[in-house]
Amino acid sequence: MDYTVIIGLEVHVQLQTRTKLFCGCSTKFNPDHPNTQTCPVCLGLPGALPVLNREAFHLGMKTGLAINCEIPSFTKWDRKQYYYPDLPKAYQISQYDLPMSQNGWLEIEIDPETREKKKVGIIRAHLEEDAGKNSHDESGRGQDSKVDLNRCGTPLIEIVSEPDLRSAQEARIYLEELKLLLTYIDVSDCNMQEGSLRCDANVNLHVHQANGETIPTPIVEIKNLNSFRGVEQAIEYEVQRQWKHWQETGLSLKDVPKETRGWDADRGVTLEQRGKEDAADYRYFPDPDLAPVTVTDAERERVSKEICERPADRRARFETTYQLSVYDAAVIIDQGLAVADYFETVAEGCGNGKQAANWVTQDVLRELKERELEIAAFPIQPKVLAALLQKVNMDKITTNSARTVFQELLNHAEGLPGVEQIQTIIENKGLALVSDTGELDSIVQAVVDKNEKAVADFQSGKQAAVGALIGQVMREIKGADPKVIRELLIAKMS
Amino acid sequence: MSITSATASELLAKMNSGEISSEEITAACLDQISRRDGSINAFLSVQSEAALEKAREVDQKRKSGKPLGKLAGIPIALKDNLCVDGVNTTCASKMLEHFVPPYDAHIVEQLKAADAVLIGKTNMDEFAMGSSTENSAFKTTTNPWNTAYAAGGSSGGSAAAVSAGFAPLALGSDTGGSIRQPASFCGVVGLKPTYGRVSRYGLVAFASSLDQIGPFARDVTDAALILETIAGKDRRDTTSLDAAVPEFTSRLEQPLENLKVGYIEHLHEEGLHAEVKAATLQALDVYKSLGAELVPITLPHAKYCVATYYIIAPSEASSNLARYDGVHYGYRAPHFENMIDMYAASRGEAFGDEVKRRIMLGTYALSSGYYDAYYLKALKVRRLIRNDFEQAFQNVDIIATPVTPTPAFTIGELVDDPLAMYLADIFTTSANLSGIPGISIPAGMSKNSLPIGLQLLAPPLEEERLLRAARMFERETEWHLKRPV
Repeated sequence: MDYTVIIGLEVHVQLQTRTKLFCGCSTKFNPDHPNTQTCPVCLGLPGALPVLNREAFHLGMKTGLAINCEIPSFTKWDRKQYYYPDLPKAYQISQYDLPMSQNGWLEIEIDPETREKKKVGIIRAHLEEDAGKNSHDESGRGQDSKVDLNRCGTPLIEIVSEPDLRSAQEARIYLEELKLLLTYIDVSDCNMQEGSLRCDANVNLHVHQANGETIPTPIVEIKNLNSFRGVEQAIEYEVQRQWKHWQETGLSLKDVPKETRGWDADRGVTLEQRGKEDAADYRYFPDPDLAPVTVTDAERERVSKEICERPADRRARFETTYQLSVYDAAVIIDQGLAVADYFETVAEGCGNGKQAANWVTQDVLRELKERELEIAAFPIQPKVLAALLQKVNMDKITTNSARTVFQELLNHAEGLPGVEQIQTIIENKGLALVSDTGELDSIVQAVVDKNEKAVADFQSGKQAAVGALIGQVMREIKGADPKVIRELLIAKMS
Repeated sequence: MSITSATASELLAKMNSGEISSEEITAACLDQISRRDGSINAFLSVQSEAALEKAREVDQKRKSGKPLGKLAGIPIALKDNLCVDGVNTTCASKMLEHFVPPYDAHIVEQLKAADAVLIGKTNMDEFAMGSSTENSAFKTTTNPWNTAYAAGGSSGGSAAAVSAGFAPLALGSDTGGSIRQPASFCGVVGLKPTYGRVSRYGLVAFASSLDQIGPFARDVTDAALILETIAGKDRRDTTSLDAAVPEFTSRLEQPLENLKVGYIEHLHEEGLHAEVKAATLQALDVYKSLGAELVPITLPHAKYCVATYYIIAPSEASSNLARYDGVHYGYRAPHFENMIDMYAASRGEAFGDEVKRRIMLGTYALSSGYYDAYYLKALKVRRLIRNDFEQAFQNVDIIATPVTPTPAFTIGELVDDPLAMYLADIFTTSANLSGIPGISIPAGMSKNSLPIGLQLLAPPLEEERLLRAARMFERETEWHLKRPV
């Protein structure tokens, strides 16, 4: 007897609008100054009314289109009603039966070895307002709970996948790909620490019986997943728990309604949150304060055009256009849009994609990390790095010398170093490759004359003897190409 | 005519000619309030100092020849569900007894810009739920014509204030007849504009898709004057209509030519009081005498109005009133065991019976398994009711009906029979369900000296037609000149 894991994810993403979904308050993450970004509308004061933020709807459409959803021409707002102190109106303005986007998909690569891909279905993506944040006294001394409504009313898009994911790893890959996509199309910063991206997972097992029958186990919704690792670990835990539970009880989907469990990251376990007996009735109904929204073909067209090349497409293009390894292409794409753009400028400029990839993934990323910089603030502009690499490709300097120049450029004192700085550094440091001057020839001759023993060794068949002589020549003349020196030495000694 | 029985237009003329000051008018109103409101109970709070100060400021402005707003120096009373920055807005509920809004309703901004003098906040049924003002948590407003009788509701305080000489103008809100019915009971003009004509921003919501703010006045001209002051698109209320606001007062005296007045032939007349019926027929005769054509109409779904209304309004109310949970503002129970208990205790202690009844009704109608049979069905019937009016207005310009089946009932008469109280909304709820404008104008007097109103209805955004038709009637009759003694 074995089983298949069935997972669907509900992902809440904060859209990066300047103001909230239904009022003009700032959406800035500001936990240190609670209740300072509020107004009668998001406080739910009597008589205040919501007004739709068109920019939030626009970002919602962009998201929907990026995950290949249909954008219906008519969508409306519904009230989802429940009592909780972080929800001052006692209802959340959301979308129930007519979401603003539906029936999409996101393709993920589920096996980096075989490159096997999978289209994960998206049931719907709808807009809604975020709630505030409660903080409870955890000292055990029974102090009052506190409510911060700064976040209340921030626009969220909830993206609900089909139950198409088959392992904890697939769930993590899906989430990573989704996050990457949303940051590329610039609708969210997807900052999980600040709660801009939150995830709930619906998990159950399809247990295969000896007779060919399949029995589904009860569905569990895991909440409080606020890291990629957490998603993976929680699902792994939950799969084991459900399998054990099945073996012990034999209870199936039919016997037990959906259960909500919370992930306790510290203890590495899921814990029951809401029992079966108080399954919520949200009493959804259309919000009479808000007019429905209509979307025209022209608007859909316009928003589609704003969507940049998706990360998956760009990854594939990097592999083919620049002959990058799967690994390098992934590393660059995963760094985000700005690094991918940086790489591409360097690759185009220097004419060698692999070389550009080596430099970006090693030298540039290392320096960014050490200096704690974003790529936008990196002192070496992509055009400058491209020019530097071009010098190597044209045999003007060695790769080692290029690294020296790279360091010098980084340490450039005033402003951003320009392309012209490269030549200045090469000259100051005498790094130019010397390959066919009379000077090199006479130095080689002098070294041969001085080293009779080495010459004799070479002539008797000891190839290694050349190495020592190359070193001597290079001490005399910086920037000489060792390959050229070797050839000259061999010619003179033979 | 005395200051406290004059219309706003008359008072404006006197102020402009220098005959009288706003301070004198305001003081006269305040004096009348202090003498008579002890028995009428129209006000929940009176802002005497602020009103007098504003009156003096307007007098100063007038004297120095500065440009003045349309209502400069005119005292106006506001129903206590309209938010005024810094002034208690209680909705006549224990829940909001100490609630002070930090902002002005849109209409309050408009009134302030028009230099009106805000004189006080008027009594109402709690959260505008009721037809008699008996559901106020604080006091019952009495009818100025006879204090044994109800002033009507839910805007009973505003209607009584205008009737009793406390203020020439008042604003109320009308969700199922809450302006027109008390106007009828108290013998004043009450207008419910087209849904969306006046911004609801700052009106404490009862049933959002039905609520509409409107004026009380002593004649049609004054009603037109306030409406042109407060109507218009407000970007903070996305249901407010982006339609031009005519200057209603400018063409008011022009009679409508070839007017076709629709009347309901097969109204099921059980419960329709003989005197109300007689007054309605007399009113139709007045129009006939003015050359109007009387056209019988049918509204096949009118009989479902009350049932439809009492599903939709409570459903929305159950949601709109959920925010009063004792957490952020409003009443919080002093003793509770835990969070859920705090919600239950706070709401249980602070809401009155009628509010609880409607919250229960609405919660039930929206519950899983009942939604389709109640709420969704009600929305469909609402569409049919709207269609009825669209059909009817193909053939007529306005429709004339009674406002209520009876003149004012006595206080306490229906308090234990909520269903009878609901059924009295038969003539008024249709205008809210279909979103059309309606006006109640004085059109008769019962044998025991209680006013009887006439309701006129017009198609959406046709307030000008409605007001001109009302003015035609008013010019021919003297009911609007009668004042309680």
